[in-house]
Amino acid sequence: MESPSFGMFIAVFEEMFGSGLFWSMVAAAVIITVLYLYVLIRDRSVSWSKFLLAQLSMPVGAVAAVLLLWQVTHSGLSDVGGPIDVIVLLGVAAVGAIGMAIAVYTVQSLIRGRVSDDA
Amino acid sequence: MSDDRFQTSRRAFLGAMATGGAVAALPAAEARAQAVATNARIVILGAGAAGAALANRLTARLDGAQITIIDPRQRHLYQPGFTLIAAGLKPANYSVSRTGDWLPSGVTWLQAGAANIDPEVQQVTTTDGDVVDYDYLILATGLELHYEGIEGMSRDLIGQNGIGSVYAGPEEAEATWREMDRFTETGGTALFTRPATEMKCAGAPLKYTFLTDHYLREKGTRGRSEVIYAAHSTSLFGVPIVNEKVRMLYERQGFTTVHNHVMKAIDPGRKVATFETPDGDEEIGFDFTNVIPPMRAPAVIRESGLSWEDRWVGEGWAEVDQYTLRHARYPNVFAAGDVAGVPKGKTAASAKWQVPVVEDQLVAQIAGDTTDHTYNGYTSCPLITRVGRAMLIEFDYNNNLTPSFPGIIAPLEELWVSWLIKEVALKPTYYAMVRGRA
Repeated sequence: MESPSFGMFIAVFEEMFGSGLFWSMVAAAVIITVLYLYVLIRDRSVSWSKFLLAQLSMPVGAVAAVLLLWQVTHSGLSDVGGPIDVIVLLGVAAVGAIGMAIAVYTVQSLIRGRVSDDA
Repeated sequence: MSDDRFQTSRRAFLGAMATGGAVAALPAAEARAQAVATNARIVILGAGAAGAALANRLTARLDGAQITIIDPRQRHLYQPGFTLIAAGLKPANYSVSRTGDWLPSGVTWLQAGAANIDPEVQQVTTTDGDVVDYDYLILATGLELHYEGIEGMSRDLIGQNGIGSVYAGPEEAEATWREMDRFTETGGTALFTRPATEMKCAGAPLKYTFLTDHYLREKGTRGRSEVIYAAHSTSLFGVPIVNEKVRMLYERQGFTTVHNHVMKAIDPGRKVATFETPDGDEEIGFDFTNVIPPMRAPAVIRESGLSWEDRWVGEGWAEVDQYTLRHARYPNVFAAGDVAGVPKGKTAASAKWQVPVVEDQLVAQIAGDTTDHTYNGYTSCPLITRVGRAMLIEFDYNNNLTPSFPGIIAPLEELWVSWLIKEVALKPTYYAMVRGRA
């Protein structure tokens, strides 16, 4: 590729998912992140009981992300062929885990409200 | 426990929001060079990958130019997808979109073929009889699959009697998959070839050999099958370092390789192909074969006087400088994509690199300027070695490997990540290119 630019990556992702879906996903990610920051500020603390459940959900998110990618790309564990494949696989799992944890934490906080469970 | 609490502030929250906003605004803030004012008449022959991308880019770069694109095809085909269709991984419509969806407004699209080019009087005549004058001409017609160059072969044979042909089109690629799927259920002799002419994506015949082998193994029929690859020359791939790697992989997979074999005839009834070899004609029987026809420039190019006369004789590729892509005898004529008479470079990846060169060379010429932006022969071939793995091979005119991700994605290693790139990222990258955005 010739000097890939930020705009080119945006263009590629727009073509990949369609403009509407791509920006909806960006919006969803931004909204969840903003809500996460919102509940952190509202509660002025991390609730460790909510964080525990969020942590417990991480392996689910990791496995789900990897399985989804394998499904979409007609591939599987036996196709891992080199170090970069292992790194990408772990990266996908990590993104799935972190995304799931943030989502679970945020949803709990919004539903259960400010609970001083660990005060 | 209150000491463990992580304190944050509204200021930090607002700061994070502002950063997010700035990132979102980045694409809009991308600098765009000022348009060059001109009333030049530019004709682009062909609305495929190279033609449509140039129409989009030139529209953005030139102010006032009259751009006409001539192409009768209503369907735009994403040709790199044919291999995936022929491997049963995508439906035929995976590669199909509408030509009109890729062309910018402000460009005149004549939905006809080009019947005649007169470079002396700078005129193109369409198959509808329209005569179009030009100041600058861009040849982006693509190439012609010359099935009749193989005695006994024609397009309508694809999809029966064990005959497949991935190149012919999305429907033919799907028909090829049906034949390959049926063949791999029972096993037998699979025969793979390539023509002696210049061709699109010289890695495609190799990929399809690997893919057929993949399904034979998956279905447990490899043991009673023979996989034969008939190479047209003494090598399997034009780039020596890649050739050596493919030779090793072919050995590992147990393929039978024969050299200096060029398919000249096929007998669908007897399921026998005849090859021209240095020792005379030789017949090889098959239960399944992927016929790859000789390729040449379309007739309108071959008959225009714009072709090479002393190179690739009979194939008719446009006589352009391999670095500037400007015609050797008519400096107001350029070529991009498959029809360009340059060594290597008949892939979508090549088109992606050629298009900005033609754009810059042409815009500089219009502005009375020059540019040192040239094409180095870059070509990319995600060489699939089985469903789930590929080698991301990129190289230039000098047969040097030119990896996009040096030190990260090894070009000669069979990797899952290279497969992911082929399966997920290349089509959107291609469409972004066609829109002139990548």
